[in-house]
Amino acid sequence: MARTHITTVINGDEVDFLTEDSTSLLHALRDEVGLTGAKEGCGTGDCGACSVLMDDRVTCSCLVFAPEADGATILTVEGLADSGELHPLQQCFLEGAALQCGICTPGFLIAAKALLEKNPDPTETEIRYALAGNLCRCTGYDKIVRAVQEAAIQMREQ
Amino acid sequence: MALTEENPGYKWVGTRPIRPDGLEKVTGKAQFGADLTLPGMLYGKIVRSPHAHARIVAIDTSAAESMPGVKAVITGNDFPDLAANGAHPSAIDISHNAIARDKVLYEGHVVAAVAAVTREQAAAAANAVEVTYEVLPHVLTVDDAMAENAPLLHEGMITKGVEPTPEQPSNVASRVAHERGDLEQGFGEADVVVEQEFTTKPVHQGYIEPHAAVADANSDGRANIWCSSQGHFQMRADTASVLGVSQGTLKVTAAEIGGGFGGKTVIYLEPIAVRLSQRAGRPVKLVMDRDEVFRATGPTSGTRMKIKMGVSNDGKLTAAEVWMAFEAGAYAGGPVGAAGMTVLAPYDIPHFLVEGYDVVCNKPRVAAYRAPGAPMAAFAVESVLDDLARAIDMDPIDLRLANAAVEGTQAAYGPKFPRIGFVETLEAIKEHPNYTAELGPNQGRGVAAGFWFNAGMSSSATVHVNENGTATVVTGSPDIGGSRQSMALMAAEELGIPYESIKPVVADTETVGFTDVTGGSRVTLATGAAVVDACRIVIDDLRARAAKTWDVEVDQVEWVDGQAQHVDGSQPPLSLNDLAAKSARTGGPISANASLNARGVGAAFSTQVCDVEVDPETGVTQVVRYLTAQDAGRAISPDYVEGQMQGGVVQGIGWGLNEEYVHDQNGNMENPSFLDYRMPVASDLPMIECCIIEVPNPAHPYGVRGVGEVGIVPPMAALGNAIKDATGVRMTDLPMSPIKVLEALNEQSD
Repeated sequence: MARTHITTVINGDEVDFLTEDSTSLLHALRDEVGLTGAKEGCGTGDCGACSVLMDDRVTCSCLVFAPEADGATILTVEGLADSGELHPLQQCFLEGAALQCGICTPGFLIAAKALLEKNPDPTETEIRYALAGNLCRCTGYDKIVRAVQEAAIQMREQ
Repeated sequence: MALTEENPGYKWVGTRPIRPDGLEKVTGKAQFGADLTLPGMLYGKIVRSPHAHARIVAIDTSAAESMPGVKAVITGNDFPDLAANGAHPSAIDISHNAIARDKVLYEGHVVAAVAAVTREQAAAAANAVEVTYEVLPHVLTVDDAMAENAPLLHEGMITKGVEPTPEQPSNVASRVAHERGDLEQGFGEADVVVEQEFTTKPVHQGYIEPHAAVADANSDGRANIWCSSQGHFQMRADTASVLGVSQGTLKVTAAEIGGGFGGKTVIYLEPIAVRLSQRAGRPVKLVMDRDEVFRATGPTSGTRMKIKMGVSNDGKLTAAEVWMAFEAGAYAGGPVGAAGMTVLAPYDIPHFLVEGYDVVCNKPRVAAYRAPGAPMAAFAVESVLDDLARAIDMDPIDLRLANAAVEGTQAAYGPKFPRIGFVETLEAIKEHPNYTAELGPNQGRGVAAGFWFNAGMSSSATVHVNENGTATVVTGSPDIGGSRQSMALMAAEELGIPYESIKPVVADTETVGFTDVTGGSRVTLATGAAVVDACRIVIDDLRARAAKTWDVEVDQVEWVDGQAQHVDGSQPPLSLNDLAAKSARTGGPISANASLNARGVGAAFSTQVCDVEVDPETGVTQVVRYLTAQDAGRAISPDYVEGQMQGGVVQGIGWGLNEEYVHDQNGNMENPSFLDYRMPVASDLPMIECCIIEVPNPAHPYGVRGVGEVGIVPPMAALGNAIKDATGVRMTDLPMSPIKVLEALNEQSD
């Protein structure tokens, strides 16, 4: 069976892989590229656990066919830290206990990063709406929202 | 945070450091159930029943077997007949729930499974398995299932707990009852009696990570399993039973778990994955889709409940009569027993009768969900209490204070309470500014309380002192909400070394002693006690080694601040680091095990107040303010105690306002996705304010009670009481979704 050759930039590296046309970007990232940070919670774009930045847009990678990523620039949770130095969001999630089981955390970090790049000083309501596409069943969102607020402060001060 | 007793000078317990497993989880490195890939691994796919109730006439796997990439196809015939082997009925139920034999009992029931080289090949082969069904009439609710001449799920089901024993089978698996005093007298002493019927729908635990398992079977009969599980020893036992093999042939490793809330204490995929792997001779990965999670796992029971309670004008509860029927799903064993034990537990009521029925129906077998049974029961009773308080014009907290169980109260389910902190949670809410904050238009305030036993059960721990004076703490409790941090904090406190010097590890079934599931809010209590015990054995060993080094009696040596000290100060202290470095000369490696069955479980209480705003045009209820007070005993890790409190509340808000299983008339679930099964998202909610109460459990070395579950017990009634306060309408059917609230508002204005 012929597979399609895809060329992308993932987390700053040029990455190419072969894929079936019907394979989701999420499955390609996890199975072909070996990046399992993005999670499959639903496969229907409802939970946000598979969120990645695709050409700077928050994208449910389960809703994108892998061939659609040809030529795209993708950021996954594995690419958030810079040479081992945590992104302020990662640090604030740790310090603020903004995760329990951690399965939704990669998606929240990606969605929050996209928010803060567009809106460095969001209100609590803006944070809550920006993260409304990401489900968390453990935390009740309280500590997640607070961690994003804290990260926003730190990033503005940088 | 409220401290009812001062922290007695702990250095680590009660602090908020970064969790030991956090870094892996914010960088995407943590390995969850679906993240493992093995060389040569195949993908499995389950074939599930499309019918709620049907006889399996035939299964033809020949087409599937001949498809490209297919390496194994299995059916119920590939598993032993446990009934013929004289197994316990509960083991037979587990086996038949894992894979159906002659009948399917719910939509989503497993009938066959395939393994193939790719996901796509596995999915195609699963579609090609031909199952011939004879569709049978089904029952979906307790009302249908308890009706005369209802279709039977299990032809041999004779109701237990009824005298005389019924002669005819039914869908009622058992009756439970608790009673005290004289109901007639009790209601006679009441000035006001409120009687009300309540219904609730099945709701799912809703963990974001679907069930996942990888099995790698060897030709010698041994197999390795990696799975997302709240208890890998339980997975080993049940998987071995279903496969008909010795537990010793299976090694189970708990992956990082992406939420469970009770729903991952039972097997689904594990025995299927092992059998596929055995047939194929290669590792097999099985991962559920979300719709499989909804259709075939969890949920908790839908219920019907009738409550009658009496109160005197001065606020003393005189009598309570509770009737409850709980859906068990396809097999006996719903949580009605716990519901019956918890329903009146917070209160001292002289006369009561509680009876409950465990009823099977053609829905997925219910699984534990956070304080199983207690939340729906509390929804009913706490709603009635609210109406009683209104009827006698008494503050709802004062009514609860006037009847609250305290130390020495004979609990409605039997034992006398030791020291408990219910009153403290009530007082904390009453004194909080939220309780008297001004309400806006269309807003109302509701209060409710809840009780959960908490569990003890069996746990093991091993503590290794490393050569450099750090320590590894090994347990068998999958960490679902931060328990590794609690273990590390207690070990640091005991050993007197920094928290950062402790590495807590969750080990597989061959590396640590038997440990029961992560459930019942028991891990920090029971596994924590095992960690403390193991640390204390290590400390005794360290003292003995110091005594040997100094050539003194061991009673001359104390362990203080991470070092051995001579009682009269005549020797330079020996640190853990010093003793570890010289261990080879003082008896070899320093290590200790402790295993225990935890005693002295400490009950948990929670009181909550919420303010809602009900839109009279749409019926939408918005939570505008929420406060929860809960007795933790001792908050070892306050961050994650709050996390449990907040998470429980928000699950309760979802249960109260939106979540429900919707079935069509054929018994097919109509909303098996996160789009249509509507769990709360960030924009639905305010901050969830927490008040941790600490009334230490006298039976635990650090006073721990357990905090995981009780937080989900009060929210539905708190919301219903707030809606009543805002609108005057009493909601008695969960969820209190916009359409139902709107209907009730319209009825009220008609």
